[in-house]
Amino acid sequence: MNLGITLVSHVPEITKGLNQLLKQVAKDVPITIAGGTNDQDIGTSMDKILQAFSDNQASEILAFYDLGSAKMNLELAQEMTSKKIHVYDVSFIEGAYTAAALVEAGVDLSEIEQQLGPLKIKK
Amino acid sequence: MGLTVNNLVEWMNNFATKIEQNKQYLSDLDTAIGDGDHGFNMSRGMSAVSQKLSTMPDSITDAFKQIAMTLISTVGGASGPLYGTAFLEMAKKSSSTSDIGELLEAALTGIKKRGGAVPGDKTMVDVWTELVPEVKDHSLTAAKIDEAVAHTKELVAKKGRASYLGERSKGHIDPGSQSSGYLFKALLETEGIL
Repeated sequence: MNLGITLVSHVPEITKGLNQLLKQVAKDVPITIAGGTNDQDIGTSMDKILQAFSDNQASEILAFYDLGSAKMNLELAQEMTSKKIHVYDVSFIEGAYTAAALVEAGVDLSEIEQQLGPLKIKK
Repeated sequence: MGLTVNNLVEWMNNFATKIEQNKQYLSDLDTAIGDGDHGFNMSRGMSAVSQKLSTMPDSITDAFKQIAMTLISTVGGASGPLYGTAFLEMAKKSSSTSDIGELLEAALTGIKKRGGAVPGDKTMVDVWTELVPEVKDHSLTAAKIDEAVAHTKELVAKKGRASYLGERSKGHIDPGSQSSGYLFKALLETEGIL
């Protein structure tokens, strides 16, 4: 599979829980997570995000996040990896769930992005 | 004289001291309208920066890069990527100039791009937008720094955690603007850069 998913949240348990939810509909999709700071506190970590990108078996990654500052670290990591990263400003759970189900079904990226459109929110 | 590795390190150590002395105040400001961790996050970040810079960097560019990467890795909140980006942009720019005004201007452009904030959103962008031209004009004073920080008090937050509070964010100084104020105060106090 050449598309993967990375989940970024301020709380480690949120990424773990959401990963569990996605696995139910997308058992073959490479999903990697980056939750919390380097000290496991609430926040996000550019280092963890970069690690999640490199641990992901896919070369092209759809990234989902919870709150604004997670996006900033995501974009920093995006600039530092050679993989192709797409960051979506969509509702975290519904957006990631939609993408995971569609990647599992073999739907191509443009169609996935079309379906993510209505889930866009201001962050 | 301009910016050198020595006075850059001195500037950062002075900034770290101000952050350390005011970390409770910064976190209190953040408790009112944010998630209450700005002072502690910045204190963790800047003490790591001081530690890092205790081995003298080879060049200004190298110093800016080390400061940026340390802040990105150690500050958990939004200020990590924002201050980190500011110093990364200064690192990039420093390959062609050591003029502090031009460096800070590149930093401000980076902060705006990273966070998407514009002047008036009650973020650090407000303070930087006021003060970078003062640095360029060689007219920066402590009073102007205080004024730029205080100005954020009456604004309604449009970006960051405080924006979830809407109108309720009014009446409180923005914590990122306050810590930026310390950065500019530390710059003003460091001999030879301005």
